[in-house]
Amino acid sequence: MAEEMRIVLRNYGKINPLKIDDYIAQGGYKPYDKACNMDAFELIQEVKSANLRGRGGAGFNCGQKWQFAHQAQADQKYVVCNADEGEPGTYKDRMIMENDPHALLEGMAICGYAIGATKGYIYCRGEYPQVVTILNTAIDQAQEKGVFKNFDVEVRTGAGAYVCGEETALIESLEGNRGEPRYKPPYPPSEGLWGKPTIVNNVETFANIPIIVEKGGDWYASIGTPAYPGTKILTLTGDINNRTFFEVPTNTTLREVIYKYGGGIPGGKKFKAVQTGGTSGAFIPENLLDTPIAFDSMSEIGAVLGSGAVFVLDETRDIVDVACRISKFFEHESCGKCAPCREGTMRIYDLMTKINGGKGSKSDTALLNKLGRVMSYSCFCGLGQAAPAPVLSTIKHFQADYDAKLM
Amino acid sequence: MNRLTKYANLINDLKEKKGGIIEAFHAIEKEYSYLPEDAIVEAAKTFNVSTAEAYGVATFYSMFSVKPRGKNVIRLCESAPCHIAGADEVFDALKRELGIDVGESTEDGLFALELTECVGQCQATPVITINGKAYLDVNPAKIPEILAEYK
Repeated sequence: MAEEMRIVLRNYGKINPLKIDDYIAQGGYKPYDKACNMDAFELIQEVKSANLRGRGGAGFNCGQKWQFAHQAQADQKYVVCNADEGEPGTYKDRMIMENDPHALLEGMAICGYAIGATKGYIYCRGEYPQVVTILNTAIDQAQEKGVFKNFDVEVRTGAGAYVCGEETALIESLEGNRGEPRYKPPYPPSEGLWGKPTIVNNVETFANIPIIVEKGGDWYASIGTPAYPGTKILTLTGDINNRTFFEVPTNTTLREVIYKYGGGIPGGKKFKAVQTGGTSGAFIPENLLDTPIAFDSMSEIGAVLGSGAVFVLDETRDIVDVACRISKFFEHESCGKCAPCREGTMRIYDLMTKINGGKGSKSDTALLNKLGRVMSYSCFCGLGQAAPAPVLSTIKHFQADYDAKLM
Repeated sequence: MNRLTKYANLINDLKEKKGGIIEAFHAIEKEYSYLPEDAIVEAAKTFNVSTAEAYGVATFYSMFSVKPRGKNVIRLCESAPCHIAGADEVFDALKRELGIDVGESTEDGLFALELTECVGQCQATPVITINGKAYLDVNPAKIPEILAEYK
């Protein structure tokens, strides 16, 4: 198998995640000490120079976000880790938390120092009860050992709502409410949890921080593509020989991901399509596989890197059926706050069920195109805006599959 | 201890957690497998929100149930990676074996059957979870022995 580049997963398999001493023996918590001896503003400049962009899917510049929270004036600030990971096909945050929980805690503590927050929350999805136990063990050990200078972390458990991966919905849920997204602005770095300045970053983003502090922003910025440097953990599912995870630089192409790291398609079958970024991502045909996985190169072909999920379909798969199944997911997971998403996801599912059942016509795919376009700019949050992407991309790239099912 | 005192104790243990009503609901579900009406009312009082708001939270999240359900909650993932790996056949086997449909519980109160979206174990699909424990690479033939663990 081709060589990986393990930065975030550098301790994977080398330490016992339930022993803080193992983490410390690998140099763990030294970057935190280093960070605490820096001026907070300089620390943020270091993170900015790394050009680390959010690994949860939105791709916002991490240091820039920290700077907003650093500059905000408040008696209390918060660091929140988004460990909701509800994107189908994605389990990379679980791999980090199960195998190296202190890398996450250290990243959060560094963020706390940088922005002036003394309290952190990890919002872990309810589907990961075993991860909650690991995180609590790690937190207890860190507190016993006294590694945090002026910071403490608490784990909160979600209860099964995909929309809570959206940062303001996650904040609402942390506050004990229905997880419906908030109107932005104000953005969380100025008004977030309980109205206080809050940084919400993904697990993988935080886990990148210690090594950036250790080795410097310039070192990090030189890996992968300049506009979205570093590595990305990908999880491969579907019709692929290696249904596994790996960490690669962001200039790796989709073709390399599927054939070099993923070992290609099983059973000597041909490739049909790949959906990247999880269930809200577009399906891409063979002729676009030479695209690097980096955020912006993916956007250019109408796809997303998102959470790093890579879902492969072979030539025998019924892509209309899969897209129909995905439209059911969004109909179920829409929080209902805004009409374009609440009604739109339902209509998409209705139309897709009709087409998938062989009762659709050309006018139905035309209607889907129009509905999807309207949703992409009129929905309140990312869930509704992205929901049409799997359907629209399959209509665009796999029209013959639709035509075969139309009346 | 009567039921209401027990709810009150579970909720009271968490009252210092700001916004902790969701944690309280988890604690109640762990004990009763669902959220009884009087427990929701009690939680609303403790966390100083209206009963309507507490119900709003209880019904928003798919892991919570406001109607009684079986002790062992089986969830079958039906997201795309599980779907193409044969989740439907597993689902049929579960329905056959338990004699119930989705959203129902067995008469003996032992099992509840629910669908779910991704549970983050996509390395070995299809996946089911029972009370949060994941079973990987499931197929219809494996169902009886998995269920036997809970009988």
